Amino acid sequence: MSRSYPKSVSKGVDWLTVVLYLVLVCTGILCIFMVEYNPATFTPSSFFEGTTNYSKQILFAGICLVIGTFIILSDSKLYPAFANLIYVFGIILMLSVFVIGKDINGSKSWIPLGGGFNLQPAELCKISTALALAKYLSKLNMDFTRLQSQVTAGAIALLPAAISVLQHEAGLALVYLSFFIVMYREGLPGIILVVGFSFGALVVATLLVEKNTLAIILTVIAGLLVFILRYQIFVRKRWNIFIMIVSIWFVCVGIQRFAVPYIFNDVFECYQSQRIYSAVGKDYDCSQNKHSLETEEATGKTASKPDDYNVRQSKIAIGSGGFLGKGFLKGTQTRGKYVPEQHTDFIFTSLGEAFGFVGSFIFLAIYFLLLLRIVFIAERQRSAFSRIYAYSVASILFFHIVVNVCMTVGLFPVIGIPLPLVSYGGSSMLTFTILIFILVRLDADRQMVLR
Amino acid sequence: MPVYNQSRSRIIQIFFILVFLMMLLQLLNLQIFSSEYKLQAENNAIYRKVVYPDRGIIYDRNGKAVLENTIMYDLMVTPSEAKGLDTNALCSIVGIDTAEFHKRMVTAIIKNSRYKPSIFEPLISDEVFARLNENMYKFPGFNIVERPVRAYPFHSAANVLGYLGEVDSNFLKRHAGEGYDQGDYAGMTGLERSYEKVLMGQRGVKRYIRDNKNRIQGSYENGTYDTSAIAGRNLYTSMDIDLQMLAEKLLQNKIGSVVAINPKTGGILAMATSPSYDPTMLTGSQRRKNFGKLILDTARPLLNRAIKGQYPPGSTYKPLSALIALDEGIITPAYGYPCAGAYYSCGRPVKCTEHWQGHSKDLRTAIAYSCNSYFSNVFRMIVDNPKYHNPRLGYLEWKHYMNAFGYGIDLNIDIPSEDDGNIPDTSGYNKDFGGPRWNSCNIVTLGIGQDRMLATPLQIANAMCIIANKGYYYTPHFVDSIENETIADTQFIGKYRFKHVPLEHISDTSFNTVQMGMHDVAVFGTAKAVKIDGVNICAKTGTAQNPHGKDHSLFVAFAPMENPKIAICVVVENAGFGATWAAPIASLVMEKYLKDTLTTQSQANVERISGADLIPPAIKHWYFKQDSIKLVKQSQKINPDAAPVFQNNLETTKPVQFDPEAEPNRKDNGDTTQIKTKPDAIQQDNKKKIQPKH
Repeated sequence: MSRSYPKSVSKGVDWLTVVLYLVLVCTGILCIFMVEYNPATFTPSSFFEGTTNYSKQILFAGICLVIGTFIILSDSKLYPAFANLIYVFGIILMLSVFVIGKDINGSKSWIPLGGGFNLQPAELCKISTALALAKYLSKLNMDFTRLQSQVTAGAIALLPAAISVLQHEAGLALVYLSFFIVMYREGLPGIILVVGFSFGALVVATLLVEKNTLAIILTVIAGLLVFILRYQIFVRKRWNIFIMIVSIWFVCVGIQRFAVPYIFNDVFECYQSQRIYSAVGKDYDCSQNKHSLETEEATGKTASKPDDYNVRQSKIAIGSGGFLGKGFLKGTQTRGKYVPEQHTDFIFTSLGEAFGFVGSFIFLAIYFLLLLRIVFIAERQRSAFSRIYAYSVASILFFHIVVNVCMTVGLFPVIGIPLPLVSYGGSSMLTFTILIFILVRLDADRQMVLR
Repeated sequence: MPVYNQSRSRIIQIFFILVFLMMLLQLLNLQIFSSEYKLQAENNAIYRKVVYPDRGIIYDRNGKAVLENTIMYDLMVTPSEAKGLDTNALCSIVGIDTAEFHKRMVTAIIKNSRYKPSIFEPLISDEVFARLNENMYKFPGFNIVERPVRAYPFHSAANVLGYLGEVDSNFLKRHAGEGYDQGDYAGMTGLERSYEKVLMGQRGVKRYIRDNKNRIQGSYENGTYDTSAIAGRNLYTSMDIDLQMLAEKLLQNKIGSVVAINPKTGGILAMATSPSYDPTMLTGSQRRKNFGKLILDTARPLLNRAIKGQYPPGSTYKPLSALIALDEGIITPAYGYPCAGAYYSCGRPVKCTEHWQGHSKDLRTAIAYSCNSYFSNVFRMIVDNPKYHNPRLGYLEWKHYMNAFGYGIDLNIDIPSEDDGNIPDTSGYNKDFGGPRWNSCNIVTLGIGQDRMLATPLQIANAMCIIANKGYYYTPHFVDSIENETIADTQFIGKYRFKHVPLEHISDTSFNTVQMGMHDVAVFGTAKAVKIDGVNICAKTGTAQNPHGKDHSLFVAFAPMENPKIAICVVVENAGFGATWAAPIASLVMEKYLKDTLTTQSQANVERISGADLIPPAIKHWYFKQDSIKLVKQSQKINPDAAPVFQNNLETTKPVQFDPEAEPNRKDNGDTTQIKTKPDAIQQDNKKKIQPKH
């Protein structure tokens, strides 16, 4: 046993994934080091003193490696067996925040662990949700074409998101939308995603195009559809098509004229609306915002207009990198600390500035390689549980990467979600480590059928 | 496993690829196709610090530095770091109370943010510096920073050297692209202004990386793009600082001016004006306060009377009149006029100080005794010269001569804002007399240097140079040479090396006659008290009537007669006869210059004269009335940089209000004069030369 043990442990482990994982973690530490480096105070020992963020990140990486090893040593059957339990535990942990939570940067979503470390359960809950969804969708008698199973799966994915919203962590809540990619792979009708994307497109169009012009455009499109389908409708008397077109038109115009302004002016805070507007290159007028008007009345002074300083500085830092970048530790914007939150959400900027387009390209290529590898792993699984879980991991990673990078390059509103394995932060790194290593563990047993 | 969903794996992968491509496209756009971000990043993070070079030093003719640099110290504070300091100790050392301390901290934060150092106390005194230095450890966030400041080792020649002032927005507009910034200092008056480009040197630029709170993080690219500061170049002047100090001492408690010129070169040996001020008053921490005090002083210590005081030359004009008449062939040296104490030919008699017969028997004695009748008559003869058939034309010919002598025109000395005095044009008289109906009798007092004739002490001294040199002069100037002279410099000071010969047609005999007459002045004439052992002095006294009370005392001279080394003009306002005060002052200055030392008797004279108080009672009364507290209060309200300075910068004519102090002989008729101003001295300099490299 003792002789064959090491062999059986490493057997089936997908080393490419592990290597990519390690490369990303090291890149992250390097980036955090670039952000914090100060030639005046730097000494080689500051890597291990635990006072700087990069030394803390090294510590987190060490802890994560230990946990990762434990996961690889564990039994694959554990995960499907305990998936539901872990999910319940995760939800309880998230709910417990309301009782023992701590307020950090305006979001009450942290559990203090002592020693200056805090845990964000919403991060960890991604794992339990992924497991629970995999467990549910891989049930033997699962028929995912049924509406009931679709609703149940959706509920499993969106329950933590709802709790997150209550904790003022809208960004983390959005991540749970990535589970719809998994559900799509498992047979969720494509029309739902199409409707979702159409809604998004309509919202963006509302922000960009003058409202009457947009209403006319929508009407013209509806008119064209009716004209094209005139044979079906008027000759073959398929009135239901006509009714459907009219009702879709009605809903669209309703969204565009009433729902979107309502959401932006009455539901969102002024700064949220501003961020979304600035992502499409527009300016939001806060005097329309109900929340800012309320604060104005309460405090008696005009709310200061939140500006897009973060994104502007982030774009300057990345843009000034040029083709080859300014070189390691030579980024003026990074050293000048012009980009706020640069070691966490805006970590990509330090890389973009120091290593330019070439560096950014290679960096994104590593992520892309990891994503494709995970999809490849997913497709080679014998058991549905492993496959669904693998897709969950890929989707979560994908969502994080895309939203984070797009946010720093000004393609997406500023949402505080970290860059996986690279951004500073223990909770985030731990979450992704566990996600990936459970996948590696499950993949090592890909010949086994797990339920 | 729903097999039909297998294709969806492909769709998901294509979706991933598309989204990643979109991100790459945006990166391409940001990093390669937009150049604006590079520029913005530089604006953000690179801090250009201008390094100020030492200004050039000004030397006198003996190589003594009369204007140099010294280090003073500013107490700086960085508010964000000033925590846990001993406020009381600091306040007691600097000499302020805690309320003032907090006020200054707030001002510093407002002006410069709490992360950047601001000046807490500028130009601290040596004593404060010493005490602070011992206790700096008690004051975190505070530090002492060196600042080069102008120093005047002799505390003298304030109005010649000029002072530095903070540049204003107009200055920056005029000198755009020459490397000036808000808060810089530049020469505002005197040599500091004329030779600003030479003295300022070349500013260096250091580039630093700064952070989002404007704190310096280190040098940019290890200083590859930095340029170093090049010190300003020195000026070597013709000024003799000992002579200058003597002249200033002699003018103590008087209002007036002394100008001494080396006739051979045009180099000004001394240019004193009184009252003046100690130039160090306008350098240190008290600059603001002192400036207010000086500008409010009714005796106007900031006015350089040597170039801006316009006086009727009185009898000092007579030698010029003699030369004109001789050159025009109107009189011969033997010409005499029977004067019996006054000139009666023009109705109201022009009185003469001498009554005895024969004091105007010929030109030489007429000069020696300064006969008013004689020169009234000579002037009339010049104007009524039959050659020109018309007194207007005769007058214009006379005016032409006067301008050739440098009266009524700018001499273009190398310190700014020189006045050109007044030799009136015929148009002025035409206006007053209702058309060209006036004759020589109407303006007869011009013949004794009165009427509307005005000249600055510099002009009068320069005319003496012409007589001493028998016809030529060099434009009076201070700077003889510039260290490492460039072509542009040579162009500028070249005009001071050019020999002007406007009166070469006057014969040497004429000059000799006039010089002999002036020699007689100092031997037996109006200034017989003026004696220097072994030196033949040519001199002329002047007693100018003016509307301000007692006559101005004037004296001109040059010596030695055979080989003139010094020409001098002394004006003492409201001091009576020329021989009483102006003559001994001139005598002492000449003696000092020619003999290098003063005899014991002369030294006693120096003490006697410098002790004499000739300030007009009206001004004394003003001083008496000035409650000192009130003065301080008023002076605090004056911004030294916005206050008017006596400077003219653009070649324009601008209306100037009548100034009774500067133009004592004019009646205030409420109208304004057109004063032609001259451009800034080294304006034509190659502008690129002194720009810092970027």
